Amino acid sequence: MIDSVTRATETPDEPQPYAELGMKADEYERVRAILGRRPTSSELAIYSVMWSEHCSYKSSKVHLRQFGTKAPKSDALLVGMGENAGVVDIGDGWAATFKIESHNHPSYVEPHQGAATGVGGIVRDIMSMGARPVAVMDALRFGALDAPDTRRVLPGVVEGISSYGNCLGLPNIGGELAFDPCYIGNPLVNALCVGLLRKDQIKLATAPGPGNKVVLFGARTGPDGIGGASVLASATFEDESHAKRPAVQVGDPFMEKLLIECCLELFEADVVVGIQDLGAAGVSCATTELAAKGTGGMRVDLGLVPLRDPSLLPEEILMSESQERMMAVVTPEDIDAFMAICARWDVPATVIGEVTDTGRLVMTWKGDVIVDIPPGTAADEGPVYERPFHEPEAQAALNADDPVRLARPDDLRATLLTLLGSSNLASKEWVTSQYDRYVRGNTVLAMPADAGVLRIGEVMPGAEETDRGIALATDGNGRYARLDPYAGAQLALAEAYRNVAVTGARPLAVTNCLNFGSPEDPEVMWQFAEAVRGLADACKTLGVPVTGGNVSFYNQTGSTPIHPTPVVGVLGVLDDVRKRVPHGFTAPDLKIVLLGDTRDEFGGSEWAHVVHGHLGGLPPAADLEAERSLGGVLVDAAGRGLIEGSHDVSDGGLAVALAEACLARGVGGTVELPGPDAFVDLFSESTARVLLAVRPESYDALAELCARREVPYYCLGMTGGPALRVEGVLEVPVEELRAVHEGALPAVFGS
Amino acid sequence: MSAARVGVVTFPGTLDDQDAARAVRHAGGEAVPLWHADRDLKGVDAVFLPGGFSYGDYLRCGAISRFAPLMEELIPAARAGLPVLGTCNGFQILCEAHLLPGALTRNEGLHYVCRDQRILVENAATAWTGDYTPGQEILLPVKHGEGRYVADTATIGALESGGQIVFRYLGGNPNGSMNDIAGISNEAGNVVGLMPHPEHAVEELTGAPSVDGRGFFTSILKRFVNL
Repeated sequence: MIDSVTRATETPDEPQPYAELGMKADEYERVRAILGRRPTSSELAIYSVMWSEHCSYKSSKVHLRQFGTKAPKSDALLVGMGENAGVVDIGDGWAATFKIESHNHPSYVEPHQGAATGVGGIVRDIMSMGARPVAVMDALRFGALDAPDTRRVLPGVVEGISSYGNCLGLPNIGGELAFDPCYIGNPLVNALCVGLLRKDQIKLATAPGPGNKVVLFGARTGPDGIGGASVLASATFEDESHAKRPAVQVGDPFMEKLLIECCLELFEADVVVGIQDLGAAGVSCATTELAAKGTGGMRVDLGLVPLRDPSLLPEEILMSESQERMMAVVTPEDIDAFMAICARWDVPATVIGEVTDTGRLVMTWKGDVIVDIPPGTAADEGPVYERPFHEPEAQAALNADDPVRLARPDDLRATLLTLLGSSNLASKEWVTSQYDRYVRGNTVLAMPADAGVLRIGEVMPGAEETDRGIALATDGNGRYARLDPYAGAQLALAEAYRNVAVTGARPLAVTNCLNFGSPEDPEVMWQFAEAVRGLADACKTLGVPVTGGNVSFYNQTGSTPIHPTPVVGVLGVLDDVRKRVPHGFTAPDLKIVLLGDTRDEFGGSEWAHVVHGHLGGLPPAADLEAERSLGGVLVDAAGRGLIEGSHDVSDGGLAVALAEACLARGVGGTVELPGPDAFVDLFSESTARVLLAVRPESYDALAELCARREVPYYCLGMTGGPALRVEGVLEVPVEELRAVHEGALPAVFGS
Repeated sequence: MSAARVGVVTFPGTLDDQDAARAVRHAGGEAVPLWHADRDLKGVDAVFLPGGFSYGDYLRCGAISRFAPLMEELIPAARAGLPVLGTCNGFQILCEAHLLPGALTRNEGLHYVCRDQRILVENAATAWTGDYTPGQEILLPVKHGEGRYVADTATIGALESGGQIVFRYLGGNPNGSMNDIAGISNEAGNVVGLMPHPEHAVEELTGAPSVDGRGFFTSILKRFVNL
């Protein structure tokens, strides 16, 4: 029986399954108070998904506000938080939009489809800003490399990203991959997409203008993911999690490719007033958000929604998370042109309603009114929680367990090879070779470079030519954040900022994906609060605003949460992309220069992790002023053509950075260490450091730039030869480094 | 003299069409967009079938595309001598359309492979390889999941003896293709198909660390400028 508004009024005491839909009793009471009656089952479906943690940010909102209140002044910010994705001005009339989002829980349940639809979802967010998506990246975390379940989850995730992203025609230009036992039951799949558009072409999710048509276009609606992201992402995994398999959505990248080209033609023809993608919470989310941000009302006939399964009920249509769907608001004059473009791309499109000025979202089903709500109450006025938090009981003991007590090695050559072949530092080529990094022909740098770099000028044929380029990097270190979430978030930002600057790009803006355990655990909530506070403070110091992002809670198995894992993405701009700095040692006979100071810092380091299985003490100090000065030197020096090759110094320290720089093009090098303790010089993870290769005649000019900004610099030696030699300490042929570095992943997953 | 006009075909799901058109323009030619649903070759001098996942690669790579209205024009024109180059999905379509013999199947390793690949040019007499020399080694990216060339023994023998094996993989076969075949031509040499991507190796700044793909575009353009 259809539960109409009339029926709901007549049967006020009928029990409703709000708890099964993840709603608390007080939240349900609030819905009744808003409506002045019990909700219909369709209304309950809408409120339950829109007020879920995933859609409403009810536990994180009070903290995330700091990204606004502490935001540095930035002329570059065109659209900030709250829209589908942030937009920044990158010059010459161009804008870039980028965002990172999690698809963690679905990727554990069904690795291939979970990861694939994660890519699909973030790409639609970028499209809905009016942009052409131009690249993707992903930040991945799995359990230990040798754990049996990693062999199920990782290949599936990689194949999902590969098959969806490659078929979509978006180059995958970077990202991260790390392993830690804490992720065994909760892998992290964070997908980032970046898009480009002309500054005056920004689209917003809004439905203004009474009489304008509401069009649903793209794939037809099926029973996929009913309650998917919204309920799935809000529930902690227990042993029977596989029972949730049907809740994972299934993607069709071919339809998404058609949608991209179709949307770009719609934007070009200027026949779209407002647009929203359908992601988590599907039609519920799109209709309530569009209506709330527009004139305020909308009438929808749910019976007009094209279905893949004709037996679907209105509640299911509202909650379905079928992929590859978009919703647009179109004036009656433009509707024919809109439909013609969709037809050209074989994209089904249906008018399902229109904008009204009633302030109500009204939905009908076969003549009955089944939804009649103020849309803002579902979209924007969900519950907000001030969750209690306190420092974990074990935190003080963890921080007191300083790695200074660990035995330090005598054989530094063996230590280097052990680290270089360890899961987190080994070559990720087994993964990245499954991604198309060249499609669209604008890829300037991709993995294993520190940041992905794209040319802008030839993105859209016929558009104004520009020499500009963009650079993107993501970073995050769960062990650092576990030791100190405030510093850990800052260190993630510092590394992404440095990775962008090391290509010569000026860092401009930030996106973030905050992966944590349950917000109902006060110790986890403390980690979250500290990480957000740290990140907001660091963004202020570095002068880069947060433009958007995503929070993923409930990443825990039973009562054991993952390491707090804030993943930070930084977007930068190169005024002349031809001046980008390539990765590593690019030629022999170049001076090898280390910028930045090295201190005895091993808390949370790869060495402590790999050699001793130790996690304790404090992470390396985040020195944001030093990062800012270093970034300034890098951007200036690259702009003046002083750098031939570069590499960031981070996980595994200088030794691993040197080895990777040699591996980039098979060019060895000979260096002398600057400090008194070779072990500290080689393996400490002190921040604000990079390795450069410069022509001898450029060295003085570089030194002058460093001196002017008070950035310490050390000439270590020269590139060239078939081996990496550290005078008086170690010598390893580049081919031996390569065998160790490239052998680790194939040894587990096959070649 | 006006520039040679090279048609670049877009099917639903074609991905490398912009790249192919750009490579034609950089070489000095005019790139003419051709749409799968039009029965119109627009009088072009040559046709480029770019890579991608036309029709989602559903059913079988290239199997649906060969029935597109444009192909009804292209197939007889190619048989009559129109130069046609198919890369990756374009190669798969040429095989499905029987303009080239054999078939492309799932990579031996079962994974998609994107890497910079050394290639040996064996036949520099086709419409698309005149600017190379036989025995020349070039570097082009490969990026595909179904690039393993297979054919029956007689066909392979005929290709080998007829000089129709235009390109062979060097330094490791990325997909397990028979006889390390990377690309072939028809008997007349006007139709060439290969899995590697010359359009991603034409600029210093972008794509693979090589500009070895330029020869495809200069070869075909010279042919028409010299007519």
